[in-house]
Amino acid sequence: MIAYVIRRVFHSMIVLLVVGLVAFAMFRYVGDPIDNMLGQERTQADIERLTEQLGLDQPFVVQYWKFLRNAVDGNFGVSYRQGRPVAEIIAERAPATLELATVSGLFAILVGIGLGVFTAIRRNGVASNLIMTLSLIGVSLPTFLIGILFIYVFSVELDLLPSFGRGDVVQVGNWSTGFLTKSGLLALILPSITLGLYQMTLIMRLVRAEMLEVLRQDYIRFARARGLRERAVNFRHALKNTLVPVITVTGLQLGSIIAFAIITETVFQWPGVGLLFINALQFVDIPVMAAYLMLISVMFVAINLIVDLLYFAIDPRLRIDGRTG
Amino acid sequence: MNSPPLLSVRNLVVEIPTRHGVVRPVDQVSFEIQAGEILGVVGESGAGKSMTGNAIIGLLDRPARIVSGEIFLNGDRIDHLPLAAMRKRRGKDIGMVFQDPLTSLNPLLPLGHQLTETILAHLPVSVIEAKKRAIAALEEVGIPAAAERIGAYPHEFSGGMRQRVVIALALSAEPSLVIADEPTTALDVSVQAQITSLLKRLCRERGTGVMLVTHDMGVISETADRVAVMYAGRLVELGSVRQVLTSPCHPYTSGLMGSTPLASKGQKRLHQIPGMMPRLGNLPTGCAFSPRCTYAQDKCHQDLELQLDTCDGRAACWFPIGEQEA
Ligand SMILES: Nc1ncnc2c1ncn2[C@@H]1O[C@H](COP(=O)(O)OP(=O)(O)O)[C@@H](O)[C@H]1O
Ligand SMILES: [Mg+2]
Repeated sequence: MIAYVIRRVFHSMIVLLVVGLVAFAMFRYVGDPIDNMLGQERTQADIERLTEQLGLDQPFVVQYWKFLRNAVDGNFGVSYRQGRPVAEIIAERAPATLELATVSGLFAILVGIGLGVFTAIRRNGVASNLIMTLSLIGVSLPTFLIGILFIYVFSVELDLLPSFGRGDVVQVGNWSTGFLTKSGLLALILPSITLGLYQMTLIMRLVRAEMLEVLRQDYIRFARARGLRERAVNFRHALKNTLVPVITVTGLQLGSIIAFAIITETVFQWPGVGLLFINALQFVDIPVMAAYLMLISVMFVAINLIVDLLYFAIDPRLRIDGRTG
Repeated sequence: MNSPPLLSVRNLVVEIPTRHGVVRPVDQVSFEIQAGEILGVVGESGAGKSMTGNAIIGLLDRPARIVSGEIFLNGDRIDHLPLAAMRKRRGKDIGMVFQDPLTSLNPLLPLGHQLTETILAHLPVSVIEAKKRAIAALEEVGIPAAAERIGAYPHEFSGGMRQRVVIALALSAEPSLVIADEPTTALDVSVQAQITSLLKRLCRERGTGVMLVTHDMGVISETADRVAVMYAGRLVELGSVRQVLTSPCHPYTSGLMGSTPLASKGQKRLHQIPGMMPRLGNLPTGCAFSPRCTYAQDKCHQDLELQLDTCDGRAACWFPIGEQEA
C-alpha cells in the first residue's frame, strides 16, 4: 500500500510539473513581461535592468526552475492590473470560492446520494420516475441558464433570495466567511445549487445505476434471507458497495465544481477566484491567470489523491494485496 | 392428530408473466418436511428447484409470484404474510444457504459484523452476547481461531471456508428449517463432502429440517432421508432415498440415475438423458417428460391431469417402471 501511495504522489508531481510548464510558458511568452511592467515610457537601461532582475536573460530551464520555486513559496509575481502581489489577491478571493465550492459539493454529494438511493429502491415509483425525468432536464440545461432562471424566479419574481454577491461577511483571521451571517447564508443558496446541480444529477444517476446493480447481488439476497431490515440491507450492505465507483466520479466532479465556479461566479457576481480569473482574462493579467491555473491543478491533483486513499478506507480487499486495480 | 409437519407445501403454483404469456416455473408442487428430516431435491437446471425454495422463504424476484397453493411452517401459514412479518421469519425460522460462497458474503463487511447483525436482528441479546455467539457459531462450523478471525473479511478465506461461514450465518438465529440451494455446486470437489457432512451434522444436532437442492446423487444418498425429483416445474417422484435411488419409479428418475436401477454406486453425477427439458413457455400437452420418455404411450401425450399417485403415491406417471415389471 505504501508503494502504491508513493507512486500516486509521484504521478501527481509529474502532473503538476507539466501544468507548471504551461503556466510558465504563458507567463513568459504570452505578451512581453517587460512591456507589461514598464509601459510606454522606458529607457534601454530600464529594460536591461529589469531583464536582469527578472532573470529573463537566463536559460529556459533555469527560468522554469525559478518559476516553480517561487510558485511553491506562493509567489506568483505581481498583478499587471492591480500592481499587488498575486498571492495576496488570491488569498483575499479564495475564501469566497472555497465556501461556495464546499457548500455546492456537499449539496451535490448528499442530495445526489440520497436521491440515487431513493430512486433505486423505489425503482418503479411515481416519485422516482419524476425525479429521473427532471434530472435529465437538469443535466441538459447549461449552468448559466439555470443560474439566470433561478435569479429570475427566486430573486426577481418571488424576491426571496439575493441575486448577487456574498451578503455580509465576517472576518475570521485572514478568512472572510459568509457562514456566520444570515445574509451570507442566504446569498450562498442560489449560487451553490446552480454550481452543484449538474454534479448532483450525475452523482444521483450513478448511485442509482450502481445501487440497482448491487441490489441484484447474491450477498444482498443473502442479507434479505437472513431477515435483516430493509434499511440495513439498503444502507449498510448495498450503499457501501456502490461507493467505490461513486467516489471516483464524485472526486472528479468536485474538481470540476471548482473549475466551473467561473461561470457561476460570473452569473452571481460572486467575489471569488473565478470572477478574478474572468477579470484577469479581460485585461490579459498573465500572472493572475498563471496562478489560477496552478491553483486549480493543485486542487484537482489533491482531490485525486484523496480519492485514491478513500478506496483503501472503503475496500478491505485493496488493503491486503495492495494491488492498484 | 399428531403435531403438524415442520414444513408443508400444498399445491404450490408460481407464475411469471412474460412477453409470450404466463409461465409456471412451479406447478402444483406438494411435499412435507419433518423436523430433523433432510429432503433432497433433484432435477435438471431450470426444473424449478430454486423457485420452490425462494417461494418458501418469500424471496421470489418480481415478476414471479405465488398464485395458488399454501405453505405452512409449524402449522402457521406463511405464504402471503405481510412483508414485515415474513422478514422476521427469515433467518429466524427459515435459514437459507446459497450456491456460491464467493458471492454470498458482503465483501466490505467483516464476518463478525455480518454474524452479529443477524443475531441481533432476531434474538433478544446484548451486543456482547451476540459477539460471543458469533464466535461460537464460527467455531461450530470449524473455522480455526474463530475469536481472532471475527474481524476478518470474506476475501481472506477460501471457498470452502466461506461456505462454512455462510452456513454459520444461515444457522446463527437457530432456524427450524434450512433451505440449502446447491450448497456445494460451486465448491472444489475436495471440500464438497466436508460441507455436506457439516450441514448434515449441524442440522441433525439441532433437529433442523433441511431442503437440500443438489445435482449430486452421491450427496443425496449419503445425506438425505427422502428425495423429491422435479421436472419442468412439477414434482414427478417423491420417496425415501432407498426407494428412489435403488428402484426409481418414474422413467425420468430412472434416467437421472443412469437408466439402470443401481445408481448410488460409482456414478455420482446425474446421467444425461437424450433431448432437453422443454422450455416453460413451450410445454408439450400431457406429461412434460413424454417427448423424451422411452416408455411413453398415447395416454402420456393426452391432456390429462397427472398426480403423485402411482407406485404407492410416489410418482406422477401413467406407466411407472416398477409397475410395468410387476
Ligand atoms: N424472469 C423469468 N422469466 C421467465 N422465466 C423465468 C424467469 N426466471 C426464471 N425463469 C424460469 O424459471 C424456471 C425455474 O428456474 P429455477 O427455479 O432457477 O430452476 P433450478 O433451480 O431448478 O435450476 C427456469 O426454467 C427459468 O427459465
Ligand atoms: Mg437453481
